[in-house]
Amino acid sequence: MTMPAKLAWPALAVVALVLILAPVDLTGVGIPYPGLKRYGTYIMTLWLVTAIAAMGVNLIVGYAGLETLAQAAFLGIGAYVTALMVKAGLPFGAAFAASGAAAFVVGIVLGFPALRVRKHYLAFVTLAFSVLAWLVFRNEQWLTGGVMGLTDINRPSLFGMSLRRHVNFYWFVLAITAVLTFVLWWIVRSPWGRAFTALRENPIRAESLGIDVRLYTLLAFAIGSAYGGLAGSLYAPLVEFIDPNPFALGPSLLFMLMVVVGGAGRFAGPFVGAAVAVLLPEWLRFAEGFYLLIYAVLVMVMMAFCPTGILGLLERLWAPRRRPFADQKASLLGEAKP
Amino acid sequence: MTAVLEVRDVAKSFGGVHAVQGVSFDVHEGEILGIIGPNGSGKSTLFNCILGQLTPTRGEVRIDGKSVTGLRPSELNRLGISRTFQLLQVFPQLTVRENLILAGQEHQGSRLGRLFGARDAGLGAAADRMIDFFRLGHLARENAGGLSYGQQKLLDAAMAFMAGPRLVLLDEPAGGVNLTMLANLKERLQAINSETRATFVVIEHNMEFVMSLCSRIIVLAEGRIIAEGAPDAVRRDPLVIEAYLGH
Amino acid sequence: MADFLQLVIAGLATGAIYALAAIGFTLLWQTSQTINFAQGEFVMLPAFFALIAMTWFGLPFAVAVIFAIATAMLLLGLVFKLVVVQPLIKQGVLPLVISTIALSVLLKEGAKDVYSAEAQPFPTLFPDITLSVAGVSVSLAQIGVLIVAFGTIAALQWFLGSTRTGRQMQATAQNPTVARILGVAVERMILYTFLINAALAAMASILISPIYLAKFSNGESLGLAAFVAAIVGGFNQVRGAIVGGLLIGVVDNFAAAYVSTSYRQAVPLILLVLIILFRPQGLLGRAEERAV
Repeated sequence: MTMPAKLAWPALAVVALVLILAPVDLTGVGIPYPGLKRYGTYIMTLWLVTAIAAMGVNLIVGYAGLETLAQAAFLGIGAYVTALMVKAGLPFGAAFAASGAAAFVVGIVLGFPALRVRKHYLAFVTLAFSVLAWLVFRNEQWLTGGVMGLTDINRPSLFGMSLRRHVNFYWFVLAITAVLTFVLWWIVRSPWGRAFTALRENPIRAESLGIDVRLYTLLAFAIGSAYGGLAGSLYAPLVEFIDPNPFALGPSLLFMLMVVVGGAGRFAGPFVGAAVAVLLPEWLRFAEGFYLLIYAVLVMVMMAFCPTGILGLLERLWAPRRRPFADQKASLLGEAKP
Repeated sequence: MTAVLEVRDVAKSFGGVHAVQGVSFDVHEGEILGIIGPNGSGKSTLFNCILGQLTPTRGEVRIDGKSVTGLRPSELNRLGISRTFQLLQVFPQLTVRENLILAGQEHQGSRLGRLFGARDAGLGAAADRMIDFFRLGHLARENAGGLSYGQQKLLDAAMAFMAGPRLVLLDEPAGGVNLTMLANLKERLQAINSETRATFVVIEHNMEFVMSLCSRIIVLAEGRIIAEGAPDAVRRDPLVIEAYLGH
Repeated sequence: MADFLQLVIAGLATGAIYALAAIGFTLLWQTSQTINFAQGEFVMLPAFFALIAMTWFGLPFAVAVIFAIATAMLLLGLVFKLVVVQPLIKQGVLPLVISTIALSVLLKEGAKDVYSAEAQPFPTLFPDITLSVAGVSVSLAQIGVLIVAFGTIAALQWFLGSTRTGRQMQATAQNPTVARILGVAVERMILYTFLINAALAAMASILISPIYLAKFSNGESLGLAAFVAAIVGGFNQVRGAIVGGLLIGVVDNFAAAYVSTSYRQAVPLILLVLIILFRPQGLLGRAEERAV
């Protein structure tokens, strides 16, 4: 959503404050908020990790207009790389960087075949890769533990302070999420972001303006996938045990859905979409196994009536005809509608 | 002196259809060359072959003596060739100013440098100058999608010039533009041509527009050149009249 | 040699079934630019329609099969077109892609929740007899599948090539704008494509469920087979889907025999990546002009 510069910074500060204090019991200082228990904090952390991966998908799909059905596989790559390195005694920082780098490289390699063909082929190539990656995760027992997976993935410690406590780990993930969000925001605002938009809106025109469409496609895809790897790197110590299940094709499809539900091409979209994806199973607990079914129906209805997602819907309600703050320079949260 | 653009025996066939059958011509610096011809004469195909959108079946295209046949449009753009499109292709979701910055940004420094550099890639001032030149000042911060057709045409032309190109190929720039805007467009094109000594090649159907804008005309019919010369001479050429009447 | 031939025949049998799924998928894409990510689920579901007819309504198998095909044509053809695709065509490509992805989730969860999460045995159309032809043992089921599948394909090709409606459908697939100008009722042709796709998918479902059992999760691998077959064969034509389907069936069967079972699924996928790398127009497709 676009907002004038003078509202954006205070709004961001409020959001930051809310996120930092969310797990804390504030009754001691007179505010009737009991804080989140262990499980609640875990869910918040899971939301942040999911949002990081969703941001990657948003870059690929929302900003660059491409397709990816493999984000869960990249999460898997990140998760396994980190798990293996951490269990081998290497510092988390190295594992985190390695996870991102591995996902980036694989993203470039995967992007190549797709460059040669028309748009939707990327969806199928990523689909195939998703299944292939999952097969490797499942079969290479000597490396990944196969179906049994890898256990006892320790949470890192920062400057000697252990992050085992859920709250501490949450704040750690929150800090990293903030950094990654800033990095993505910078990219989207930069000339690269403009080139991605051009690539999405009109690749032929973009080419004729000197924009190397193939290179920017690879970059968008690789960066977006790297975010998946980084999310995976945080996922492993969050759940402390990984197996191939969360990295199969199904979850990749859910990533696509959540980005569009949140609002593709809108900067805050992934956070909204991830919130829906993580919280919906909780809210629909009473419906037991039906929640995916309900989710799917809701997505289909949403696509028919408001394909710009939840944020698009809010935008429509906020400023029905003309956006009053159309000044591109003042828009802090970059916007590029699909 | 080498011509800016040399087209040598370029031909393009699609299966059994010979859209362009061996076309050769030169364009010199600062010239405004017009290419006209009835529908289906191969003008657009020829254009696309020069611009890397299509690979010619045969023949060669040279820019400043250097062979560029078959290069991709983005590479050609970086060699100083730019184009406008027959069907408008501005970016409707970006503002006028953003469109212009986009049009020039790939020529500013290195790709990596652009990631860490200024948001407008240092083109803010240049974009503003271009906006003034094409008299779009009041629309600078409007989304391009909200502009009138004629205004978008001006923007499209302005975008082609942002990168300071050597050679600009204009694909039916007058199409669908009202008379007032047309006069404006023609005048601006002539102004930028004399200011920058950029070379133009224009495809057009609008006879009046092309005759008054161009210094030299080439006529295509059925994929071949049937006449070449000054506008007046071409206008009176019986072959040309026949080609048009015959369709 | 006998083993080899056996594998080929078995492969052709499953391949013919994949071809049915791939043909429908290709037709939908050609005529209405719809990429149906739920195609695998379209092949998974009709078997459940038949099971419901048999277990809930006590209908005999033959009637259940007809019920399944009819229900598929209604729900996965007509309703799919009117309710899912039509409202979304004007919203652009991405919403439609997302919607069919969501639909695949919906159908998969639906089958699991409404019927069962367990794999269900499914009756076969053909008696369980094995023949020996020139030293090669072939099951009647495989021959039956080949006959039924190829029969359907032949009927479809005849319909498309020799009937007026069929030719109009082809015209719509080649170029809907021109077809409209020529007086073809394009909307109706598109509807027919949806109905045909549903019918083909239903047939594929009936033929394949005896082999792989009816399970809610089958959609994933069936869908992949359809996509790979369509792309490998050459996305822009029906013949490509046929060749692609048969090829995938044979490759898959050989992979099951000679490659470890755990990586069997990988072989068609690797084939897909290779085709996209080296011959993106597919085996039968025409090389397209570079657009960019």
